[in-house]
Amino acid sequence: MELIYLDHAATTPIRSEVMEAMLPYLTDKFGNASSIYGWGRQARKALDDARASVAEIIGADFNEIVFTSSGTESDNMAIKGAAWEYRNKGRHIITSSIEHPGVLNTMKSLEKEGYEVTYLPVNAQGLICVDDFKQALRDDTILVSIMHANNEVGTIQPIAAIGQIAHEHGIIMHTDAVQTAGALEVDVNELNVDLLSFSAHKFYGPKGVGALYIRKGIRLVPLIHGGNQERRRRAGTENTAGIVGLAAALELADKERPEFTGKMIHLRDKLIDGILKIPHTRLNGSRTQRLPNNVSVCFEFIEGESLLLNLDMQGIAGSSGSACTSGSLEPSHVLLALGLKHEIAHGSLRLTLGKDNTEAEIDYVLKALEPIVHRLREMSPLYHS
Amino acid sequence: MYSNKVMDHFQNPRNVGEIVDADGIGEIGNPRCGDIMKLWIKVENGYIVDAKFKTFGCGAAIATSSIITELVIGKTIEEAEQISDQAVVEALDGLPPLKMHCSNLAAGALKKAIADYRNKQNVS
Repeated sequence: MELIYLDHAATTPIRSEVMEAMLPYLTDKFGNASSIYGWGRQARKALDDARASVAEIIGADFNEIVFTSSGTESDNMAIKGAAWEYRNKGRHIITSSIEHPGVLNTMKSLEKEGYEVTYLPVNAQGLICVDDFKQALRDDTILVSIMHANNEVGTIQPIAAIGQIAHEHGIIMHTDAVQTAGALEVDVNELNVDLLSFSAHKFYGPKGVGALYIRKGIRLVPLIHGGNQERRRRAGTENTAGIVGLAAALELADKERPEFTGKMIHLRDKLIDGILKIPHTRLNGSRTQRLPNNVSVCFEFIEGESLLLNLDMQGIAGSSGSACTSGSLEPSHVLLALGLKHEIAHGSLRLTLGKDNTEAEIDYVLKALEPIVHRLREMSPLYHS
Repeated sequence: MYSNKVMDHFQNPRNVGEIVDADGIGEIGNPRCGDIMKLWIKVENGYIVDAKFKTFGCGAAIATSSIITELVIGKTIEEAEQISDQAVVEALDGLPPLKMHCSNLAAGALKKAIADYRNKQNVS
């Protein structure tokens, strides 16, 4: 059976070039970057090169990059770190209602500490309205955190415009760029951000390593105290191989982006157009302000998990925002924030493309999908053909 | 995560459909919560001679619906109403912890279908 992986927003495999770059640092070049002898200097050099490369790609300075264990850690470090550091300036934070749990649950924990959080609504396409943002600003607002692009529905937010307004008011701007680093051109100055999180495994790098851009002059209370690593912003012996892998993967993604983006948009649109031919089906998110690899749809009258199981039986890997796949009784908070009714949100399907997906695979998926949806609808008491 | 038995009933659900002249109909669940099950039973001389279902829900919801139709066909009404959610789980060789409520769905739909049958008997 053909196996088709269409869940690249969840994770990606490590590219062979990336693994080759990493391997020496898992074996011969195993030194601790804090050590003074040759092995240590070797590791230090690798970290320095990786940091310089990552900084250059996102338009940052060498000292503005901190390596972490994940996108989620970067989000926590940015949000809690800034909230704690600037708590005497104010206790109000603005975010959106469709953030990743790495941001949303960090906000919830700060609320318990007495911070006030405004969750901006989104329109039916998943876009934040800049005027809503302006209305939410207060004298005691210290931080804004809005994701660059949404992981479920792929909507790309007007970060540059929001960041500019935040800066005019002297407010720190953070963005979770986990879905966009590697996929889009990400430049911290063009985006007007002070803090930017991303994670290697979303762009063919290893799991367990992320990064946070911290604009010069922004201070953060560290989450992890210990040694002097990462200029005391994040203690713990550096994950040299992982960091080398992150940088190698980002370099490749940056270099090959022009080649892959067009191909991915073509396949994405083919998939969307093909799926929408099935009756009672709708696209989630924006048709234009959309990640090149994201397809998110809802099929009425059926439930997402049974759809995923059927696709899996045909060798197709996708994901859903239904309650049964989230482990709770509620469907995805993102789909609900877009204004979808619960029963519609339960029937969601997300397919996210990668650089190696082919036109033939998309044809196969489209061919497989229609009969599955039909069969599940025939079984559904909500459907009356 | 699902047993082979669950996957079998999910892939090849038994007795999908409706019974036009059903003697009892039970519906349970809520589309808001992502699962709704409807069960039809046909009763002759106190025996359930046919059962059919339609379900909107996850793999476990479809499998529990399917197995309960198999469990009830051929049983008397009195025997059928003894079928517990635990019996449904056992018949499927278990369910993942997060999916246990799906077995309540099937047993609950059956109880409602039997109540509906009794109701109709009393009326006529």
